[in-house]
Amino acid sequence: MEPSETSAQADETVTVNLFVNGEPRQLQVTSNVVLLDALRDELHLTGTKKGCDHGQCGACTVHVEGKAINSCLRLAVMCEGQHITTVEGLARNGELHPVQRAFLDHDAYQCGYCTPGQMMSAAALLEDDRIAADDASVREAMSGNICRCGAYKNILEAVQDARQVMVSGTEGRS
Amino acid sequence: MRTFAYRTADDVTQAVTTHGADDQVAYVAGGTTLLDLVKLDVMRPTQLVDINRLPLGEVETLDDGRLRIGATVTNTELAHHPEVKARYPLLSQALLAGASTQLRNMATTAGNIMQRTRCPYYRDASAACNRREPGSGCDAMHGINRMHAVLGVSDQCIATHPSDMCIAMAAIGATLTLEGPDGKREIAFNDFHRLPGDQPEKEHELRPGELITYITLDTPIEGAGAYYLKLRDRASYEFALASAGALVSIQDGVIHEARLALGGVATKPWRSHEAEQALHNQPAAVSTFEMAAEAAMQDAVPHEHNAFKIPLARQAIVRALREACKDAENANEPR
Ligand SMILES: Cc1cc2nc3c(=O)[nH]c(=O)nc-3n(C[C@H](O)[C@H](O)[C@H](O)COP(=O)(O)OP(=O)(O)OC[C@H]3O[C@@H](n4cnc5c(N)ncnc54)[C@H](O)[C@@H]3O)c2cc1C
Ligand code: SF4
Ligand code: FES
Ligand code: FES
Repeated sequence: MEPSETSAQADETVTVNLFVNGEPRQLQVTSNVVLLDALRDELHLTGTKKGCDHGQCGACTVHVEGKAINSCLRLAVMCEGQHITTVEGLARNGELHPVQRAFLDHDAYQCGYCTPGQMMSAAALLEDDRIAADDASVREAMSGNICRCGAYKNILEAVQDARQVMVSGTEGRS
Repeated sequence: MRTFAYRTADDVTQAVTTHGADDQVAYVAGGTTLLDLVKLDVMRPTQLVDINRLPLGEVETLDDGRLRIGATVTNTELAHHPEVKARYPLLSQALLAGASTQLRNMATTAGNIMQRTRCPYYRDASAACNRREPGSGCDAMHGINRMHAVLGVSDQCIATHPSDMCIAMAAIGATLTLEGPDGKREIAFNDFHRLPGDQPEKEHELRPGELITYITLDTPIEGAGAYYLKLRDRASYEFALASAGALVSIQDGVIHEARLALGGVATKPWRSHEAEQALHNQPAAVSTFEMAAEAAMQDAVPHEHNAFKIPLARQAIVRALREACKDAENANEPR
């Protein structure tokens, strides 16, 4: 579907159509509202966190059209017609995503503030075959997610563990 | 964040017409520089023109062998593009050394060229900054200038150009295609960014309303080795203190052709013709690289906190040249 043309005056509220976690959602926002605030304040999906609001911490990471991005630096109006996955959409049919399961099992957090963003980055990188599977490549690919508590060691273990589960999962299915 | 009008455009003509020559209007691509700076009240557009729907998302090899990159190709797509990895590994390396996965997924090729300095005084709307507000002074000159430039500086501004991607493009050589209210034109990449001089607010040669549509890379140097080295305060997700992008081709142990560009130390993506001259027709040996490093940094002007960048850049140059030569030798070995 071609997204419809958007034209908004400053201060004017416009309608934005999104697919959030598979559901069609309609928002009424002004053009200066970023996706992060639209998700949290309009759709009440507060799993996505605001850390720095400037692209520096990764707490706001969501998937847009399957790619991990910083939702604090993307306008909601720029997402017209796009598919967005937030941390609330990671679990399927009441079952945790392998990344969520692994974060639990490995205690891959302390305060938990960075965790939704960490898990969204991890889920994206495990689906991306351009990123190598070794620890150094995973660390590099995850470096856009800062953990103030320094839970990096367990985060890395969790990601690599989730990889094993996901690999055996696809093998099982085929 | 301040309010602004927002318009989408479906093709280049529509985008350019919608923008007009109004300097209060801004194109938005990835938004990673623009929205960051609007939030800080450093950029104050009254209207945005979204160029993400323009048909500028392709990478294409032209008949003459050059590679044409659409303005909105993301940094991630470009870094992993098979033609870029095979023929322009320096560009791929430089892109992957920049920012984070998420930012590279958003950032576009033209947006990266147009990114603004990370000078903290430029980013602080209450500080004196000639680049942001002409004639207001420069708080960096006698302030905390550890991250600032040593090459291409003026008494008006010493801010570094922060891009990694642009360092590779400066070394490779490229042409920008521009389209604006007065029509289409082309400009060499290395003529696009300006030195601060006495007009640091004039950062590039773009005329009001002009859109970058394509970036076309020169044909690669045959048999050249490539290496991009980025030195920074932490291992990833940090801007360069000094970086060096090197391309070297070798024949019988002698350097046939060399290109060297520097990042993190200069006010624009810095092609060092001095270093290239020092390398030409010389043996591919560390002593040659050291001479080139000396030549590259001979005109460097330090300020209170950034003198360390001069020896740091020299070492970066030597290491990048050494690795590029190794790469060239590996490439030439019969496999
Ligand atoms: C936390 C952080 C860390 C970063 N680290 C690095 C790093 O290590 N290395 C690095 O190189 N970069 C780094 N960056 C910068 C990043 O690469 C740039 O922000 C990005 O490339 C800008 O591209 P964009 O598409 O998002 O541009 P936008 O924000 O959309 O636009 C930037 C500017 O370019 C103009 N513009 C955009 N497209 C066009 C066009 N086609 N024609 C004319 N004008 C246009 C806009 O009007 C605006 O003025 C970092 C950024 C952040 C926020
Ligand atoms: S160095 Fe340049 S950008 Fe920084 S405060 Fe001075 S004039 Fe502004
Ligand atoms: S809140 Fe978006 S990166 Fe920090
Ligand atoms: S768990 Fe506290 S910031 Fe990461």
